Amino acid sequence: MSEPSDRGKGWIEQPKNVDRIVYALYAICAVVFALDLLVERHEYLGFANWFGFYAWYGFVACVGLVIAAKGLRRLLMRPEDYYDETAPGHHKREDEH
Amino acid sequence: MAAWIANPAWLLIIGGLLLPLFGYRLRCALLLIVPAVAGAWLLQMPRPLTVETELLGYALTPLRLDGLSFVFALIFLIAAFLTGLFMLSNRSRLEPAATLVYAGAAVAAALAGDLLTLFLYWEATALASVLIILANGPQTWRVSLRYLIVQVASGLLLLTGALVYFRSTGSLAFDHLGLDAPGGWLIFFAFGIKAAFPFLHNWLQDAYPAASPTGTVALSAFTTKLAIYALARGYAGTEILIPIGALMTAFPIFYAVIENDLRRVLAYSLNNQLGFMVVGVGIGTELALNGTAAHAFTHILYKALLFMSMGAVLYRAGTVKGSELGGLYKSMPWTMVFCVVGAASISAFPLFSGFISKSLILSSAGYQGLWFVWLVLVFASAGVFHHSGIKIPFFAFFAHDSGIRCKEAPWNMLLAMGITAALCIGIGAFPDPLYDILPYAVDYEPYTGGHVLAQMQLLLFSALAFTVLMRTGIYPPELRSTNLDSDWIYRRMLPAAIDRIALVMEMVFDGLGRAGRRAGAALAREGSDVMPGRTWPVGSMALWVAALLATLLIFGIFLDGA
Repeated sequence: MSEPSDRGKGWIEQPKNVDRIVYALYAICAVVFALDLLVERHEYLGFANWFGFYAWYGFVACVGLVIAAKGLRRLLMRPEDYYDETAPGHHKREDEH
Repeated sequence: MAAWIANPAWLLIIGGLLLPLFGYRLRCALLLIVPAVAGAWLLQMPRPLTVETELLGYALTPLRLDGLSFVFALIFLIAAFLTGLFMLSNRSRLEPAATLVYAGAAVAAALAGDLLTLFLYWEATALASVLIILANGPQTWRVSLRYLIVQVASGLLLLTGALVYFRSTGSLAFDHLGLDAPGGWLIFFAFGIKAAFPFLHNWLQDAYPAASPTGTVALSAFTTKLAIYALARGYAGTEILIPIGALMTAFPIFYAVIENDLRRVLAYSLNNQLGFMVVGVGIGTELALNGTAAHAFTHILYKALLFMSMGAVLYRAGTVKGSELGGLYKSMPWTMVFCVVGAASISAFPLFSGFISKSLILSSAGYQGLWFVWLVLVFASAGVFHHSGIKIPFFAFFAHDSGIRCKEAPWNMLLAMGITAALCIGIGAFPDPLYDILPYAVDYEPYTGGHVLAQMQLLLFSALAFTVLMRTGIYPPELRSTNLDSDWIYRRMLPAAIDRIALVMEMVFDGLGRAGRRAGAALAREGSDVMPGRTWPVGSMALWVAALLATLLIFGIFLDGA
């Protein structure tokens, strides 16, 4: 049974189901990480043979990327009309014609 | 004359020039039939094939079809067909006409065997493509002008380099050049501008999102990949391309994370994908060059698919701002599915096209022991999944419900996306037909257990990072904003600097003028007639500064040539 407030929302929008998807992702990640025990990887660069190398490198890279990009906003972000030009990204919908 | 016209590219150019004369239905037919016929023509041409001719005493090669040029000409024609199909619902005359001419010029440039022919078509792509941007309306005037200046500058560098090269070697042949060739640096920068090297890149992110929902798809396919082809032809194995390419893969993804206009996010990730190809050219081994050609091929398809899906969203929902979208999967389920296929392909999921092409480049970096470059490329691979693979579909189709309810994309857009998506999956699952047409023989198996596992670990843990950051609220929200990039230098810093210089000079001249007037008055009392000093308007000062800079530029070019 879904909460009344969830009525009209799609399956994927209900918090309960979002949780399910997230837990499924955690489980898949754990499996893929553990598979490193079974599958032999033949890497040309030695360090890439470390256990779970791609898993932790991917995770650290993405967290670092987002935190660095967030910091960059302080330096780079300006109002949308900064250049006094119509910013692209809008288009007349045809039902407005 | 026949040597020039007997070229599949000219079908597109002539078709494009005639297209505005016809009614809507005939225009639609032309848009589909012309690239298809040109493609059939290209496929039945013998390889290798060279057509030589003479123009004003110069030995020229209007057509050179070999392994490398074939791959690029073929994918350009496929892209022209798919773009045409996507564009059918656009009733403009200018945009489809410019698209056909643009695609034709790109094919002709890829088939050009000498530098002069290359230059002519190189400039033709610039002129045709700026019309695609302008076709979106008068608000694109300024961005079109900026775009055109950059593109024409690239052409002028190419022409100057070609003339320097010709004066030293007596040849215009476009084969391997290298940086040590006479004029080699000039041509290198000409290619570098169009390939969007770091700091020469921002014309791309500036201009591509300004075109119409359909026009951006056309823009995404040709110019930059033509530059990649030209680099592969002229500068294979040029080592400086390795750090340039690695930098290109890495820095645009930081911008992509914070950019709000989702088509501009795609423009940044386009830049990042070009970086992989540039690294491949720089490594220059057969495996790496195969990787560059294969990656250009798959990239044109999945990037077109992503731009198509965001174009369809813009067309129906009226915006592609991440801050205003969300929940569109209800209104546009098919577009969402095709977008996810494009996202999986650019992220190089196994069984999708990016996996079988990017692997060639990454492996060749590994084989050469370039561990640092390899680490940067793997970082960029995780990053591209993060912003193109997750951010684009997530913020457009899921996230919170924006309340936007619109129609699904028109049938022609869905069909174009469907065919492109099918190609992305087909090439990913069955890479051999693509491997068979690469410039060098391929001895490579992308689907080994270790390789698939490595890629899945990388991608799934990137997704895990996104999930954790979203759930902890660390992930930065989509905000309406402009992010400063290198275009700030010529849109803000230089104009401001020129204004300031002009102001200072005006003050100096003003001061001189006043001193002059005083002196004049003093002299007048002595009975002499000196002209009174006058102030100089800022506008004419700026003009003089510009003239001075232009003179310096011309001197620079001549000195380099000498």
